[in-house]
Amino acid sequence: MAQTTHPPGTGGHAASGGEGASRRDFLYLATGAVGAIGVASAVWPFIDSMNPAADTLALASIDVDLAPVQEGQAITVTWRGKPVFVRHRTAKEIEEARTVNLGDLRDPAADDTRVKKPEWLIVVGICTHLGCVPLGQKPTDPRGDYDGWFCPCHGSHYDTAGRIRKGPAPANLVVPQYAFTSDTAVRLG
Amino acid sequence: MRSLKSAILSAAVALGLAGAAQASEAVHIPKQEWAHSGVFGTIDKASAQRGFQIYKEVCSTCHSAKLVPIRTLAGIGFSEDELKAIAAGYEVQAGPNDAGEMFMRPGIPADRFPSPFPNDNAARAANNGALPPDLSLIAKARVGGEDYLYAFLTGFEENPPEGVTLMPGMNYNKYFPGHQVGMPNILMPDGVTYADGTPATVQQQAHDISAFLTFIAEPHMDARKQMGVKVILFLIVLAGLMYATKRKLWSTLH
Amino acid sequence: MAQAHAPQFKNPVVKWIDSRLPIFTMLDHEYNQYPMPRNVNYLWAFGAIAGIMLVIMIATGLVLAMQYAANTHIAFESVERIMRDVNYGWLLRYVHANGASMFFIAVYIHMFRGLYYGSYKAPREILWILGVLILLAMMATAFMGYVLPWGQMSFWGATVITNLFSAFPLVGDPIVTWLWGGFSVDNPTLNRFFALHFLLPFVLLGLVVLHTAALHVSGSNNPLGIDAKGPQDTVPFNPYVTVKDGFAVVVFLIFYAAFVFFAPNYLGHPDNYIPANPLVTPAHIVPEWYFLPFYAILRAIPDKLGGVLAMFGAIAVLAALPWLDTSKVRSCKFRPIYRQFFWILAIDALVLGYAGAMPAEGVWLLVARIGTAYYFFHFLILLPLLGKLERPLPLPASICEPVLKGGGRVAAGAHAKPMEKA
Repeated sequence: MAQTTHPPGTGGHAASGGEGASRRDFLYLATGAVGAIGVASAVWPFIDSMNPAADTLALASIDVDLAPVQEGQAITVTWRGKPVFVRHRTAKEIEEARTVNLGDLRDPAADDTRVKKPEWLIVVGICTHLGCVPLGQKPTDPRGDYDGWFCPCHGSHYDTAGRIRKGPAPANLVVPQYAFTSDTAVRLG
Repeated sequence: MRSLKSAILSAAVALGLAGAAQASEAVHIPKQEWAHSGVFGTIDKASAQRGFQIYKEVCSTCHSAKLVPIRTLAGIGFSEDELKAIAAGYEVQAGPNDAGEMFMRPGIPADRFPSPFPNDNAARAANNGALPPDLSLIAKARVGGEDYLYAFLTGFEENPPEGVTLMPGMNYNKYFPGHQVGMPNILMPDGVTYADGTPATVQQQAHDISAFLTFIAEPHMDARKQMGVKVILFLIVLAGLMYATKRKLWSTLH
Repeated sequence: MAQAHAPQFKNPVVKWIDSRLPIFTMLDHEYNQYPMPRNVNYLWAFGAIAGIMLVIMIATGLVLAMQYAANTHIAFESVERIMRDVNYGWLLRYVHANGASMFFIAVYIHMFRGLYYGSYKAPREILWILGVLILLAMMATAFMGYVLPWGQMSFWGATVITNLFSAFPLVGDPIVTWLWGGFSVDNPTLNRFFALHFLLPFVLLGLVVLHTAALHVSGSNNPLGIDAKGPQDTVPFNPYVTVKDGFAVVVFLIFYAAFVFFAPNYLGHPDNYIPANPLVTPAHIVPEWYFLPFYAILRAIPDKLGGVLAMFGAIAVLAALPWLDTSKVRSCKFRPIYRQFFWILAIDALVLGYAGAMPAEGVWLLVARIGTAYYFFHFLILLPLLGKLERPLPLPASICEPVLKGGGRVAAGAHAKPMEKA
């Protein structure tokens, strides 16, 4: 259709210039800016609603009783929807973990940086390769070449400190945040 | 045209009056003063905390509040340690343990308030066939809201008016629909002892428990109203700007 | 419609895409240059407002669906989890729940505007019928959405409305059983209602696209009800109408926000905060306010099948409106007698709504019956006759004429010529 009028912003007004035009431009700009702020702030509740809800966050930390776990045994607890491996290590396993030459490791970390008490190793039981759960918790499971865990998906081997030793995984098993609340109880998270 | 409009108007008014007359046949629930009413009102935390004490000591012997997590009470000013202590005062069923059995453990703030009865049938059996309603949403689930709760709790009468015969086990309440209710008059003067020294009259108790029930029915009410004030102020500014823009723009038309 | 310029796009990417798939030309044509009669008033903004409401409903509905669980055991609880635990869950749910009411308010005003200004008449019949289909889709969506929280009103509303179909002889009962997926409203019913409640808004969206497409063929009606004769009668949609509609949308949002933040449960019913109980019917079951006039019509007829047919007929009659109204003059401005009956119809709709909220007995039953009779009388008898009997006022020659003369009506008969074929 024929442009009988020249709406601002569609050409024509630039030539007309003058003070009225610039005041008009400022008004349009201010309206646009305030409107944009409104739309942007309205988007946040939608995004934030997909973040963990209050009930999920309230259960973000759990208490684990270690008393029933004998030396050489391991338990798996669920924490934040993930398996956490708790292994009561034997003296031999501790020894193995400590005598490794750090230079040989793909992801170098000394054993004492990965435990709070030497006999208790606590790691998130998710292979750092592609997220499978490694074997090695049950006595009958294969534990890989280094007495730790073996991931059946792509053949990663972890040692008795949960460190990656062989296979495709790039990093050690993650040590979750935890604290001992007593000699035989630990709080995850 | 004029006469038609006035005829329509008077018909509408008559209709409105008829409706009002109909409404007034129902029991009138007196309005109370609430700290949380109105656009800028917020929950009276001290009152709601006292209300919680009544809930804990009186109501919860029969009524559940099973949708409410204990941590919700942070919203009426309980600290984290207080919440842990409150939660630890409850026994919560957990399990199964390694032997496959359910067991009781002390509560944590993430738990919901445990119910006094394992299920509705048990609740009915223990209460003369009447089911004490869950209190989680009671303030939103009754016409009149917190005003009704207050009226109900203060509306018991020892002797029913003449001509009313109570059924066995029932109690007379001025405000309960049908007036006969299984719940007895439960609030007694000084039936609870408030930690903050507030005199525990029946009116005070009814007020406090109603404030508490309002809070647990809608824990985000204060946040909602505060956000509402901001949103509406923002929209008014935006509307003003839009209107100015529209005027400016259309003034360029000839 | 006026010839549109082929737009020249400066952005090379836009140009590249447009030469292969001319979506930008289409958008420019339909939403930038689209010629809008320059005399439209703010009632014309309610189409845009309804469109915004649909967007808000789909957006909030999507995130709510991510948290909601359609299972009778946990549906009520999952809604309470949204209200208590999900970040801004209370806000999203209240925006959604009150949004349904706001959507209906916008659409009802939009419809009455169409009735007043004769927007359903040739050549806009299909446009109007698409609108009636949109209303039906909205009603179905709103009804099923109200069932999802699985409160007392949800359950009993679902029971009563699905039982309407049992009115049909022979096939009625099997249909109801099929709708339920069982022998009462239960988990299968809730599940399918959730699936359909998710699907129907997109059907609605498709209908809205068709509605807009049809609109852009005939062009928008205007308060005078006469066609735009040329560019002097119109303004380009953008920026003139976008800004004007935008202002109206923001004002509407203020009204909407007042409900969401300060009276979020005012339009709902307290009983829906009581979990569904198949053994106890609430003392007064009333549908949401936007169904009340139709509910009154349903109850006004003392026969079960008759009531159901009358209720559906009340909507079907709207679809036949372009042919029931025999007058060639669109706008009420030039139909002095129809204008009065228009207002009586509007009052009648309000009266029916009020009667629908009242117990179906005594005086309210009588009111509902009179209101129902008048509703059908208006469409089926009055409108066909009025078109023949009424003498419309002379129409202005063009849109810009009264606009330029300060909005006054043209001197009687001076330039008046009957509109189009009239």
